[in-house]
Amino acid sequence: MTTRRLFLKSSALGMFGVGTAPAWLSRTLYAADAPSPRKKILVAIFQRGAVDGLNMVVPFGEKRYYELRPNLAIPKPDHTDNAAIDLDGFFGLHPALAPLKPIYDAGHMAIVHAVGSPDPTRSHFDAQDYMESGTPGRKATADGWLNRALAPQTIASPVRAVSLGTVLPRAMRGQNEAVAIANLKDFQIRDTRGAGTFESMYENTLDQVLNGAGRETFEAVKLMQSIQKQPYVPAADVQYPNSALGQSLMQIARLIKSNVGLEVAFAEMGGWDTHFNEVGARPAAGQLANLLGQFGTALAAFYQDLGDKMADVSVVTMSEFGRTARENGSRGTDHGHANVMFAFGGGIRGGKVHGEWPGLEQEQLYEQRDLQVTTDFRDVLGELVVRHLGNSRVASVFPGYERPKFRGIVAG
Amino acid sequence: MKKFGIAALAGVAVLAAFSTDDSQFTQPLSKDQQILHALNRLTFGPRPGDVEAVQKMGLKKWIDQQLHPERIAESSEVAERLRPLDSLQMSPAEIATNYPPPVVVQAMTRGLLPMPKDAEARQRVQLQAERFRAKQDAKADLQAKQGKGDPLQQAMRQQVLATTDPIERRKLVADRMPQQVLPYDLNEAKLYRAIYSNRQLEEQMADFWFNHFNVYMDKGADRILTSSYERDAIRPHVFGKFRDLLEATAQSPAMLFYLDNWQNVSPDRTQQRPFAKQKAKQARGLNENYARELMELHTLGVDGGYTQKDIVEVARCFTGWTITQPNRGGEFIYNDRVHDKGEKTVLGVTIPAGGGKEDAEKVLDILARHPSTARFISTKLAQKFVADDPPPALIERMAKTFRDSDGDIRAVMAALLESKEFFSEGAYRAKVKTPLELIVSAVRATDAQVNFAIPLATQIAQLGQPLYRKIEPTGYSSANAEWVNSAALLARMNFALALADNRVPGSKVDSSRFDENIAAVARQVLFHEPAKQTLDSIEKALAQREPTPALIAGLVLGSPDFQRR
Repeated sequence: MTTRRLFLKSSALGMFGVGTAPAWLSRTLYAADAPSPRKKILVAIFQRGAVDGLNMVVPFGEKRYYELRPNLAIPKPDHTDNAAIDLDGFFGLHPALAPLKPIYDAGHMAIVHAVGSPDPTRSHFDAQDYMESGTPGRKATADGWLNRALAPQTIASPVRAVSLGTVLPRAMRGQNEAVAIANLKDFQIRDTRGAGTFESMYENTLDQVLNGAGRETFEAVKLMQSIQKQPYVPAADVQYPNSALGQSLMQIARLIKSNVGLEVAFAEMGGWDTHFNEVGARPAAGQLANLLGQFGTALAAFYQDLGDKMADVSVVTMSEFGRTARENGSRGTDHGHANVMFAFGGGIRGGKVHGEWPGLEQEQLYEQRDLQVTTDFRDVLGELVVRHLGNSRVASVFPGYERPKFRGIVAG
Repeated sequence: MKKFGIAALAGVAVLAAFSTDDSQFTQPLSKDQQILHALNRLTFGPRPGDVEAVQKMGLKKWIDQQLHPERIAESSEVAERLRPLDSLQMSPAEIATNYPPPVVVQAMTRGLLPMPKDAEARQRVQLQAERFRAKQDAKADLQAKQGKGDPLQQAMRQQVLATTDPIERRKLVADRMPQQVLPYDLNEAKLYRAIYSNRQLEEQMADFWFNHFNVYMDKGADRILTSSYERDAIRPHVFGKFRDLLEATAQSPAMLFYLDNWQNVSPDRTQQRPFAKQKAKQARGLNENYARELMELHTLGVDGGYTQKDIVEVARCFTGWTITQPNRGGEFIYNDRVHDKGEKTVLGVTIPAGGGKEDAEKVLDILARHPSTARFISTKLAQKFVADDPPPALIERMAKTFRDSDGDIRAVMAALLESKEFFSEGAYRAKVKTPLELIVSAVRATDAQVNFAIPLATQIAQLGQPLYRKIEPTGYSSANAEWVNSAALLARMNFALALADNRVPGSKVDSSRFDENIAAVARQVLFHEPAKQTLDSIEKALAQREPTPALIAGLVLGSPDFQRR
């Protein structure tokens, strides 16, 4: 307890000086410091472009998989990096995802297969929109599920909801304060001649709307500066890949470790729309393998970097839809239906592939071409919102979907 | 409810003092305030000399002119800047040929589609195809390493383009980054018009109606359809009859594609496909998207008194309203073979069985003339031009004008602009500028010369309002609470200092036109007295130093005072 208090004081409270800390910060710290319930954090990662879930988590136990994909299928596990990595005798990880296997083995990573949206669209635009608004089939929803997942608070950290990128994603828009930050170090008045003057103007203005927002802004700026007094050093032996996702996750880790009141975070990775040359000379190499390699190493680095902190953190991955069960004529796959999601963290009931497997026989396929959806993506996200974040108002997070069927991915 | 509810909830305590007290809307403004207020609301912000010009002409006459843009001579600054942006004049089909999207480039190289006839365009296609092949191999690597739109690279690119002559720049963009031509042309044109047009209210109205009937240019074929949408469906009707505007949007390929009505077919007739090539994955039956947004967002409003049953019935009426080959810049057609021939009932009105294209025309008649529409459109206009929470009496007067004039938009705007509520304390400086308004007003206030507007468009996007890229059909909210959050405020202040300091590529502020004295510079930029707190903060901060006029101007542009209009 003593060391924890000391750390908090030096990292965040210290910069404001005793007694001058803003209300939300002391509240955040006390909440984080209280024995129970601790502040939980949810990190959502979007794989934009529709990743090929059938090659990400391979149903190698299904003969039909190999018939549908003569050029693309990942071979059955044979303990080489040319073949799937056995998970349970039926499913295997793409070999490029090897860095995630230890997390799965530790029981901290759950996989949900044949998961997706009830909406039939195969448009990237519409499907991403629905997955982020959390309301499949309904376009006019103004805000996103991740924003609605935040409990309403009168005093809240200005960085309770952070998206890594220049534009706030759909999933995070809404009435709760949420910020898009391309890079933590850019969150400041760049011209030092202006910083203090602006702060004073907004501090003193009689314009109540701008006064409130201005105060919050400069509190957040100070917070970011205090976090960055020293260069960030990840945990021993952890090296984040230099990819966009790797750098995003590193900054999220930094925010989490700084105890500044982060509750939800969002990061993304693109390039998954593999219509052409999804695989290279062999199925386990090439375009998808490269992407999955980047993806897996970034996630694994984040997990290792946070260490014990992962007890309070859950990461969930999603992609707008899956790809055709059958390979196409250009060594790729086209837009499909169901896909696969990962959830990992200290509170995740992992080491298991959840969900019902619908099979790949012709009559088992959705519209005779795609993997069927047997788990609604809101079942997975809803369970994380309720059991991990502790927000029981699932009907307002996923309007029109009052009773998600939890799959038991969160230990409880 | 949801869309406006957000603003109300987020700022409930602070806004209450301003907005629910209707007596504020009866307190008149002084003559000077009236002129500044009109300039702040009907234009994208006053330029040096504008206040004096309106004083000279008389406010009433100036407003009347703005309501009749055809009577105002257009500035040559606009035409000169739009000239190189040739996609603005092209039909979608011409755009598809000259600036083809990647799918079309591939089809051309495989011989499935004809190559462009124009030699330059053909060369571009070949170049693009080569690059595409090269990129395909390196794709995974590239994307993983750079991510989308590396900001550093973007900044350097903008720097280079800003210092290139417009004609040369245009060639450079078309050759080196052909996929940017269409978004660049649209963004540049919008900003040049907002900054330089003499027909300012027309530009405000074009912005309002495009946003009201929003489409998202990055949704597939909308990339090549959006230019024509703004030019041919929106702009001709911004002061016209609402019914005409509604029909123009309903039949525009951009809207048909964006809200999926082009795939809306009668479930009973799906065996007869609209086109042989569109297989099962396209024609699935009824698609309600357009029908729903048509009522919720375009006409009646969410509380306008329609049911889910009405949505289905309207969708049935719109079956067969489709487009020919959207990716090649297709046109609106009505396809009778997939039209639902049954009887429909829309908002209590029976539409008899056996109809065709006219079923949907009748729906548009019903909706355009419905009292909920008059009220909803009046409310939205009042929220943009008067205040977030406009007084009910004003809305009722505007709605009555709407009904009595058969939806004459100019008449409704005239009713708004003649109202005592518009020229009242309740409206004066009651709106926080949207990112577009903030950035354009800063350029106009400082009389900056803009020769390349894309860096300004990038700033607007960073403030949260990427132009032509609002994904949701709701369009952007004009509510204050929408635009005041930490990241955006910070970006506003950073932009202010950068613009005044000439660090925004493509825009040049001549700081020699500023006074030496802090209060005087503030008045030059704000066109009114700065708040005491603002002035004190600047004076205190600069007391120890030799303040440059550019720094003072930057601080004023980033002040709370400048965020309001």
